[in-house]
Amino acid sequence: MSVGSAVGPNQSVSVASVLTRASYVAAAGLSIGAVLVVPLSAYSLNLFMQASTYAIAVLGLIVVLGYAGQLSLAQAAFFGIGAYSVALGTTAFGLSFWIALILGVLLAAGAGAVLGLTTLRLGGHYLAMVTISFQTILTLVLTNWVSFTRGPDGVTGIKRPAMLIESRPFLALCLASLYLVAFLVWRLKSTKLGRAMQAVRDNELAASVVGVDTYRTKVAAFTVSALLGGFGGALFAGGFSYISPDQFSFAESVVFLTMALLGGVRSPAGAVLGTGLLILLPEWLRFLKVIYLAVYGAAVILIMVFMPDGIWGYATGLWRKFVPVRPVKPPSIAPLPLTRQVGTEDSSTILAVRNLSKHFGGLKAIDGVDLAVRRNSVHALIGPNGSGKTTLLNVLNGIVRPTHGSITLEGIDLTRLAPHQRAGYGLGRTFQNIRLFGALSVIENVIIGAERPRHNVGDARALESHALAALDFVGLAPRAHEQIGSLSYGHQRLVEIARALAGSPKLLLLDEPGAGLNHVEKDGLVQLLKRLKGHGLTIFIIDHDMHLVSQVAERISVLNFGRRIADGTPTEVLRHPDVIAAYLGEERPHGAA
Amino acid sequence: MGFNLQLLFTGVGVGSIYALVALGFVLIYRATNVVNFAQGDFAMLGAFAMVVLAIDFELPYGLSIIITLVLLVGFGALFNLGVYYPLRRRSFLPVIISTIGASILLENGVLAAYGPRPQSLPSMIAVPGFSIGEVFFDTQYVVILVVTVVMVALQYIFFERTLIGKKMQATSQDKEMASLLGIPVALMIMITFMYSALLGGLAGVLVAPVLFVTVGMGSSIALKAFAASIIGGFGDVTGAIIGGLALGVIETFGAAYVSVPYKDAFAFLVLFVFLLLRPQGIFGERIAEKA
Repeated sequence: MSVGSAVGPNQSVSVASVLTRASYVAAAGLSIGAVLVVPLSAYSLNLFMQASTYAIAVLGLIVVLGYAGQLSLAQAAFFGIGAYSVALGTTAFGLSFWIALILGVLLAAGAGAVLGLTTLRLGGHYLAMVTISFQTILTLVLTNWVSFTRGPDGVTGIKRPAMLIESRPFLALCLASLYLVAFLVWRLKSTKLGRAMQAVRDNELAASVVGVDTYRTKVAAFTVSALLGGFGGALFAGGFSYISPDQFSFAESVVFLTMALLGGVRSPAGAVLGTGLLILLPEWLRFLKVIYLAVYGAAVILIMVFMPDGIWGYATGLWRKFVPVRPVKPPSIAPLPLTRQVGTEDSSTILAVRNLSKHFGGLKAIDGVDLAVRRNSVHALIGPNGSGKTTLLNVLNGIVRPTHGSITLEGIDLTRLAPHQRAGYGLGRTFQNIRLFGALSVIENVIIGAERPRHNVGDARALESHALAALDFVGLAPRAHEQIGSLSYGHQRLVEIARALAGSPKLLLLDEPGAGLNHVEKDGLVQLLKRLKGHGLTIFIIDHDMHLVSQVAERISVLNFGRRIADGTPTEVLRHPDVIAAYLGEERPHGAA
Repeated sequence: MGFNLQLLFTGVGVGSIYALVALGFVLIYRATNVVNFAQGDFAMLGAFAMVVLAIDFELPYGLSIIITLVLLVGFGALFNLGVYYPLRRRSFLPVIISTIGASILLENGVLAAYGPRPQSLPSMIAVPGFSIGEVFFDTQYVVILVVTVVMVALQYIFFERTLIGKKMQATSQDKEMASLLGIPVALMIMITFMYSALLGGLAGVLVAPVLFVTVGMGSSIALKAFAASIIGGFGDVTGAIIGGLALGVIETFGAAYVSVPYKDAFAFLVLFVFLLLRPQGIFGERIAEKA
């Protein structure tokens, strides 16, 4: 794209973002300045101190819960680790505040990493459970290890850095930290790691197939959230100069969670809003003193039912409703660099499957299958329902481990690799039941596809234009900035194909791409597949629709009861007696009634 | 030897409480794919209902138990309607968070109504216990054990031998298929919640004379029940029972031989070890998500 063509939406977006950043910095400067100048009562100082340090911890929850979709119920424990590091560090060990703060942040992040590494290979409920356990153990230790933690009496006389002895400059430090953390968390959302987190949240399986290392992504999210918890806690201890174990109990973890949910768990602004509200509300609602936690509980249920995206999410949702994203006419789009083999006559084997089996207990879903997919070809796999087609695709992809046999792509043995590693070697895929990242925009979905391992497109701008090119290839470039949910089923399928194409796959696996499409959409799909073929992309397609398959495939393999029963050109295969028997039923011997 | 046998007996008694609550967890998990974080609070409600009925209202003990269990069954229905049903079509995360909200609401609601002072409830049977050899058999623990065994047996018969039990199993395995076959899925889930609340309430009634009745008692039992079900193999009924018993025994021996204040930590340490070495638990299988 030439410099001259970079007008229109791109430019206006960047102007808007510069303005947003400028006003953010201005707001930060003003409020920090105000704290230093405007006289505040000790009481309001304390409130602000609490709100700003809590908000930093709640921002951690935005990362782990809002971005990565993992439920952590130990944010108060990490907050406590940070707080106790500063408390004991500056009193019992005579460390400087800054050293103790860094130690606290590192300890919290370390604890988070260890917990995450042990737990996050498993599904959703486990992290919630393990974090509660960790929270309980930490509370027990803080209360009972009196010789070290000073037990239930807590720690007094916590020191601040020499130049921030007064409360107001210290509050300024807390506010500055909050502004910085909120900015970084907001930025994280549109980085590679942040997008990977959101992909894991929206559809973990699809994320791994497009090349996201889901385990590492989840561990990273949890570690960042623990780190922010520790940071908030360290500042909190400095701010209040006295702490005790009950400030870091499970109940406080729940308070942190409620703050995140109330404000809106998917945006940093929501975190700050929720924290502010829940710190001020109890002050305003003093008459609720006895039952305010019960009200928290009820609020959590009501938020989940009526306002799952919190106040901020609700407000932005309303804004979207009144100011919807309109289809835009995109600037000139460079063609998608699909393959580097256009025009070559190379028809060597790209994917070799040897003696592949997958047994589920006694059921042989795949039984000794051999396959060879040639470069620059469209190879179809057909077979009746339950013949093992999708299982075969899942084994090729690494979602399911084979019982025995081997899979090689361009001579590289994939058999033991995880799905995201296979994506890194150029194996792309779509799903029969569409798996997109539902809360992200169309183009973000495609960008995640372009960000697969071993696929370097360039900086953010290059990445965006690459993704736009992939969308343009399937005809959806004008709708790049819309949400997935506003697209029709057929268009969602095209987005999924664009997501796979954006990763420049060496081999594209399509799992029943025609399923659920109407006639017009199916014709469009056939045209698309023909264009892909014309660009020299190698495709392995599963479908029921013989009409579709015979229009695009030059080679067909037939699967029945987990075995390959035929292999050849479409005409050969369709005449094969075993194939006819599998599809139309066995011809009865003469003479039988 | 006698001391160890004594510990074993107590451990199994405590463990069977965990097992009862874990059973409730597993049932709801299998029916809805959601972990109910308020399961332990069903036990807390059961215990408080007993205190109110048997002590404050001075009703006969047996009658109090019956009223308590009826109340809990009704509460299970209410819980389903308020906490699960509005969110049934959403992913598991909102539902889990909603049950956590319910747990906070229940504990603090009872706290506001009854205050923080621990209550105590006398045992069902006046005889404190009997000795065989060196081992003293506390009556309440004997009752707990017997009731647990009976409940497990009843549950087995219910699920394997009755039509409604089979329908509930069908619902838990595949809701869509079950509803296509004409099984009223919403009703089956309603019954599941009512039954789990009954199990939780029963655990509360049984454990109240052994422990102090406090608002936090439920969640501490529930955490261990949860750990028990992971150790046993999540979602597996036998696993929940074995896991519960194992945890009770480990905890009792840990408290006797290692440290009393850290008693509650042993369950979680065992849990961590399992998550590291055998995350699928004793009976569990690893099941991959379908593509």
